[in-house]
Amino acid sequence: MNKLEPNVKLDIREILKDIENYHPKRRGWIWRDASPQKIGEFTYMQASPGLKNFVPLPSARSLGNIDPQPAAVITTEIASGRFEDDIRRMRMAAYHGADHIMVIRTAGQSHFDGLLEGTPQGIGGVPVTRKQLRAQRKALDIIEEEVGRPINYHSYVSGVAGPEIAVLFTEEGVNGAHQDPQYNILYRNINAIRSIVDAAESKKIMAYAQMAQIDGAHNANATARDAWKVMPELLVQHIINSMFSEKVGILKENICLSTVPPAASPTPDLKLNLPYAVALREFFSDYKMRAQMNTKYMGSSTREATVTHVLNLLISRLTSADIQSTITPDEGRNVPWHIYNIEALDTAKQALIGMDDLLSMVKLKDEGYLRDKKREIQERSILMMEEIIEMGGYFKAVEAGMFVDSGEYPARNGDGISRDINGGVGAGTVIKRDKDYMAPVTAHYGYNNVAQYSKEFIEDPSKLIGGCTFEKPEMIKFIDELDETDNVYLRLDKSEKYRSGNLLRPEVEWLGDGTVVVDLFFSANERVAEAAALETGAKMNLIDVEVIHKEMLHPSEGTRIQIKGTFNFDIEIDKLVLPEIIKLHSEDEIIDYVKKNPIKVVAGTAGNDEHSVGIREVLDIKHGGVEKYGIKYEYLGTSVPIEKFIDAAIETKSNVIMMSTIISHDGIHYKSMKKLHNYAVEKGVRDKLILITGGTQVTPEIARKNHMDQGFGRGTKGIQIASFILDKHKEMNKK
Amino acid sequence: MKERIDDFETRREHLKGLSDKELKAYFLKLSEEMIDPLLDLAYNNTSKSIERSVLLRMGFSSIDAKIIVDVLDENKLLRKGAGHCVYILSKHKKIDIFDAGQLIVNGEKIQYLLEYFNNNE
Repeated sequence: MNKLEPNVKLDIREILKDIENYHPKRRGWIWRDASPQKIGEFTYMQASPGLKNFVPLPSARSLGNIDPQPAAVITTEIASGRFEDDIRRMRMAAYHGADHIMVIRTAGQSHFDGLLEGTPQGIGGVPVTRKQLRAQRKALDIIEEEVGRPINYHSYVSGVAGPEIAVLFTEEGVNGAHQDPQYNILYRNINAIRSIVDAAESKKIMAYAQMAQIDGAHNANATARDAWKVMPELLVQHIINSMFSEKVGILKENICLSTVPPAASPTPDLKLNLPYAVALREFFSDYKMRAQMNTKYMGSSTREATVTHVLNLLISRLTSADIQSTITPDEGRNVPWHIYNIEALDTAKQALIGMDDLLSMVKLKDEGYLRDKKREIQERSILMMEEIIEMGGYFKAVEAGMFVDSGEYPARNGDGISRDINGGVGAGTVIKRDKDYMAPVTAHYGYNNVAQYSKEFIEDPSKLIGGCTFEKPEMIKFIDELDETDNVYLRLDKSEKYRSGNLLRPEVEWLGDGTVVVDLFFSANERVAEAAALETGAKMNLIDVEVIHKEMLHPSEGTRIQIKGTFNFDIEIDKLVLPEIIKLHSEDEIIDYVKKNPIKVVAGTAGNDEHSVGIREVLDIKHGGVEKYGIKYEYLGTSVPIEKFIDAAIETKSNVIMMSTIISHDGIHYKSMKKLHNYAVEKGVRDKLILITGGTQVTPEIARKNHMDQGFGRGTKGIQIASFILDKHKEMNKK
Repeated sequence: MKERIDDFETRREHLKGLSDKELKAYFLKLSEEMIDPLLDLAYNNTSKSIERSVLLRMGFSSIDAKIIVDVLDENKLLRKGAGHCVYILSKHKKIDIFDAGQLIVNGEKIQYLLEYFNNNE
C-alpha cells in the first residue's frame, strides 16, 4: 500500500503485511512551515501552507470551503486500546489538521521492566510495542502523503525502561516523546536516582534522533489541590528538565515545555493564567512552548470543557504556542472517542485561525497587575530554587516533600509529594561504571572507555562492531506476536464483518462497537431523571446503559441526562434506502440549454421564515447559484405567503418555484410544501411549474412525498439544482 | 515539608533590585547549580535498562537483551558494560556479535569474562 484515495478506506491488513521488513521514511521532528498565507480574499499571518486533502470547518461551506492552517503544530492524543482502530482515527484527525499524533501507553507499562512485544489490547491506552509502532508509523507515512504535510508521531519515554523505549522510538521513526524524570519520581514512584540516570541516556538517544521532547510539568497542576498555586514550582520543574536536556545535548529548538493554563473559569481564568504564561515565556524564551489544555477542572460536560479550552487558546494567541495540544472534551468521562478528537482539533483550528494576528491589534501591558504578578511568580520560583540548593540539592528536596505542595511557594501546606531517595520502584538498581566500562554503540551517555580498544573510534563507538542499528536498521530484530490469545489478527477477525462485509454498526472508538449516546431531558429532579434515563435506554433496547452526564437545569423543573449504551443490531448496507445521487451536468451544458430554453425562477423563504442565507447561496451568481447558468430569478424576499409564490410565477411567466423552508418546528415545512402544491393545482398551473424546496431539514424523499418535484438539503450547490431543473424541464417539454 | 505561612515579602528582599534581565540570568544560573550534580551521577552510573538499550542497538532482540543483562547482573558484570562483555567474547572467540550474545544467553563463558576482567583490572 503506497497511496490512499480519499474515498477508499485504509486497509489495516495491508498495513500489517510484510511489517517485519518495514523501516520508517525518516527520523526527527518537523515543524510547520510558518508563513503568511493568502487564501481567497483573506490573508492569515500566523499560518502555514494548506493541505492536499482535508475536511474544513463546518462554516467553510459558505466560504468556498477554505481550510486555513495555523502555524502551530496541532496535537491530538489517540489511544483507544486497539491500535488498529486508532489508525483510522489518525487518518480522520490528519484531515482535520492534526500533525502531531500522540499515543498514550496502556496502564502499567511504565512499571514494566523491559519492552513489550506483539499487539495485545490495552487499557486506557495502547501497549507500545515495536509492531504497534511500526504499523502506526507505516500508516502515518502513507497518510502524510495523502494530506500533504509531515505528521509527527509521539509517545512516552518514561518508566523503568526509558532508555530501551528511546532506542525503540529512534529505530521506528517516532518523532517526539515525553521525557521528564520528575514524572517518574513524583507520579510513578520510580526511584529518583534510577530515574535520573536513565533519563540522561534516554535524552542522549532522543537528541541523536532529533526528537522533540516534551516535559511532564503539567502534571503538577493536575495533581495539586489548588492548581494555580503551583505556578512558581512549575517554572522550577520546567527548568530542571529543560536544562538537564540541553546539557545532555538536545537542541534547544527541540526542548518543549508542556504548559497548561493552571486555572479555569469560574475562577477569573485569564487573571490567573495570563501572568503565568508571560512569566514562563519570558524565562524560557530559548525553548519551545507546547501549549496544553486544562484537564484539572474538566467534568463530564463537553460544552464546559470546550469553553475552557477556547480560553486556553486565547492565552496561546496572547502569548505563544509552538505546539498547540488539544484535549478532547470527553476526556473527563471516558477514554477519548473518535468524534471528540475531531471536535478538539476543530476547536483549536477554529479558534487559532479566528484569533489570527491578534497581537497586531492588542498589546499586553508591561506595567500594573500583569507585570507585577508575572514578576512575583518568577521571584517565587527563584526563591524555591535557592531553598532546594540550600537543602542539599534536588534529591534532598524531593525527600523533603518540596514538590506538588498546594501552598504557593514560599507558603507550604505540608501536603507535597515526598519520595525516599532509597525507595520506590527500581531502588538500588543503579550500578557504578568501572574504569574499563564500555558500550560500543551510538548515542550512549556518560563514561565510555572506548579508548582502551581504539583511539580512533572515541567519537563513534559503534564502529567497534561495524555500526549499530541506528546506522544499520537491517540489524533490528523484529519480534512478532507472543500471545496467541491476544493479538491484532484475532481482533480483526472478530470485527471483519464490519470491515469487509455488508454490515455496519454505530461506533465511538472500536469498529462496530455499537456504542450510542442519547441526549435526554426530563422534567424531574436529578435523582428521578437519572433513573428515568436508564429506563429509557433499556426500553430503546440498548444494553449496558450508563449515565455519562447529568446537569441540573432547575432543582425541580428539569434535568439534562446523557446516556450511553450498546445498540446490539447490525445494519445491512444493501437493504438501506439511499438518497439518490442527482446527475450533474457540466456548466457549459447547462448554460447552453438555458440559452436555448430560457428558464425563470421565483424564489423566497416560506411563511414566517426569515432564514435567507441558504436560498441566496443557490440563487446568486456570486455564490455559484443558478443565476450563474443563465437562469433568471425573481426574489420575493423572506416570509413569503405560500399563495404569493404561485401568483408571482403566473404573473412573471416563470417555470420554476424555489421555496426555502428552514423552520421545521411542528412539521411546518411539510405543510408549506403541500400547500404550495395544492394552490398550484387550484390555479391550474401545477403541470407547468417545477416546484422545488430546500432547507437544512429537507430531504429529496420528504419533498417528493409532499408533492414537490424535488427537495434539496444541507450543503446543496447551485449546479445541483440547475442540473435538476434542466432534466425536469426537458422531461416536461417532451410531454 | 512543614507548614509555613507565605513570607514572600521578606524572602524576596535580595531580588527586589534585580532587573528582569538579571532575574532571568540568576534563574538560569541556579538551575545549572541544581542540574550539574545530577549529570555527574548519570555520567558515572548505569542501569539494567541502559544496558539493555545498548544491546538493542547492537542488534539483539528485546528478549535476548533481557536475558543477557540478567545473567551479567547476577555475575556483577554490568559495571563493565553488557555490550562490552558481548564485544570481548566476539573478539576473543572470533565469532560475530549475535553468537557472542547467545553464549551469554545460554550462561556460557561467564567464568571466562570474570577472569578476563579480573586480570585486566
